[in-house]
Amino acid sequence: MRRIVPLAAGLIATGFLASAALAADINLLNVSYDPTRELYAEFNKAFANAYQKETGKSVEIKQSHGGSGSQARSVIDGLQADVATLALAYDIDAIANKGLTATDWQKRLPQNASPYTSTIVFLVRKGNPKAIKDWDDLIKPGVAVITPNPKTSGGARWNYLAAWGFAQKKYGSADKAKDFIGKLYQQVPVLDTGARGATVTFVERGVGDVLLAWENEAFLALKEFGREKFEIVAPPESILAEPPVAIVDKVADKKGTRNAADAYLQYWYTKEGQEIAAHNFYRPRDSEIAKKHENAFAKVQLFTIDDVFGGWTKAQKEHFADGGTFDQIYKN
Amino acid sequence: MGLTLSWLSVIILIPLAGLFLKSLELSPEQFWTILSGRRTLNALRVSFGLAFAAACVNLVMGSIIVWALVRYRFPGRRLFDAIVDVPFALPTAVAGVALTALFAEKGWLGAPLAALGIKVAFTPAGIFVAMIFIGIPFVVRTVQPVLQDLDPEIEEAAGSLGASRWQTVIRVILPSLAPALLTGFALAFARAVGEYGSVIFIAGNLPNVSEIAPLLIVIRLSEFRYADATAIAMVMLVVSFVIIFAVNRLQRWAQSRIPAR
Repeated sequence: MRRIVPLAAGLIATGFLASAALAADINLLNVSYDPTRELYAEFNKAFANAYQKETGKSVEIKQSHGGSGSQARSVIDGLQADVATLALAYDIDAIANKGLTATDWQKRLPQNASPYTSTIVFLVRKGNPKAIKDWDDLIKPGVAVITPNPKTSGGARWNYLAAWGFAQKKYGSADKAKDFIGKLYQQVPVLDTGARGATVTFVERGVGDVLLAWENEAFLALKEFGREKFEIVAPPESILAEPPVAIVDKVADKKGTRNAADAYLQYWYTKEGQEIAAHNFYRPRDSEIAKKHENAFAKVQLFTIDDVFGGWTKAQKEHFADGGTFDQIYKN
Repeated sequence: MGLTLSWLSVIILIPLAGLFLKSLELSPEQFWTILSGRRTLNALRVSFGLAFAAACVNLVMGSIIVWALVRYRFPGRRLFDAIVDVPFALPTAVAGVALTALFAEKGWLGAPLAALGIKVAFTPAGIFVAMIFIGIPFVVRTVQPVLQDLDPEIEEAAGSLGASRWQTVIRVILPSLAPALLTGFALAFARAVGEYGSVIFIAGNLPNVSEIAPLLIVIRLSEFRYADATAIAMVMLVVSFVIIFAVNRLQRWAQSRIPAR
């Protein structure tokens, strides 16, 4: 079985590659997470144009979207991704730990290899009937909160850590933060497996009073479903979500696509790339572009995962690993 | 024969053996710790318990549908007959999304039910509904041909010999249908136990409440805990196998009784 499946898959893949090779000089596969579909649809087109102008070579980028953690596992299990653009650094660390990319990948690109950032905000129903303004409003009786499962969704981990960071600061200790998180998850009637699924549950199925969401995902929901139905509430304080990008060294070297893959990620740091991030509701890193769009984003006091949790590896171990604080909520 | 065996080996036996070998990496203690965890037990209970209940409902409702389709002529019968296969053909995720939309609190069925204080979507009841939906064709399609072959004259004979309608059903019809009913039940049950796509959207997925075992396997995989995932999969495999085997035996026993009467 082990031998037969890759052989069959290989034959099929070669067929696809052969036919695709006729269309473009270079093919890249970008393995990403759920809420970046629209972002990369636009970015890929812009990059392909820019790359062709500069080098004369055509490049075609294929996208794969899914839960961040399961996408990382696909890459580890052999999905031939040239670049990984995931929801959290921990997932790319997992790829690096298997030797597929350099362990110092986060140092190879500016700003923690996160060319765009986001934060966690609340999406509420029009008129904000439950008067949700800040994190502690979420645990008021009768408020149903929609957030995906942190075990299967990268975005859900940002949600969780944002709430934790708030509570730790406000109530002064990790124990009290844990209490707060416990109460919060008791108000969660549905744990979807991914961020996009949670948005659908809240927006289309009409479940819950507040959706904890990536800021860009909340804006996208407003754009898709109308400002007459929902509104965004930005809490005074939240987490700085830094979705990272990295080349998968082993794959890029094998396929000979390193230069293109590198140019692809570097393009994020150009004015054009930053502009695309901004109008897809991601906060740009470039100060000039950020200044230009500053009115689009709420003023939120942002804390980083390094400041509050001592980095992803530590946060992952304490909160989301087997028996961690999240498991304790549901008493594994 | 040789072809059958090799094909069966490649497609079914070798992957199953792979799963089995993977689970051997665990010591019996580890195996036990994983399986006796509260969350694992609850997930297994939700999957097996609701699959069993759904298969029971399908057994009864499926039999009624078969009876109507075979014994009565009514307008649209052929259409209904075709509709029975829809859950077979529909991609399971589509079924899940459709059922969720239908039974969510704002949905066509969910709204009136919510007014009565009944919540279906995002509760174990939702899992139950999805399992009934995907299981029903198995009962109908296994029982239908058998009932078609069952000559109504036998019933008439029973009647003319003085049996009441009830006696005819219990003593004449049910024994002849029993093997097919059991098979249909076992297939509907097995399918519901392993069902992922249609259940996951409507389940709510709360640990210990509405988390099905296949989802727990996926969660363990995403935590890179392959051994845990394998252990849970092993249990599902073994239990399903035992049930299918038992039903198989029952079926033979039921069949062996018919010529004796």
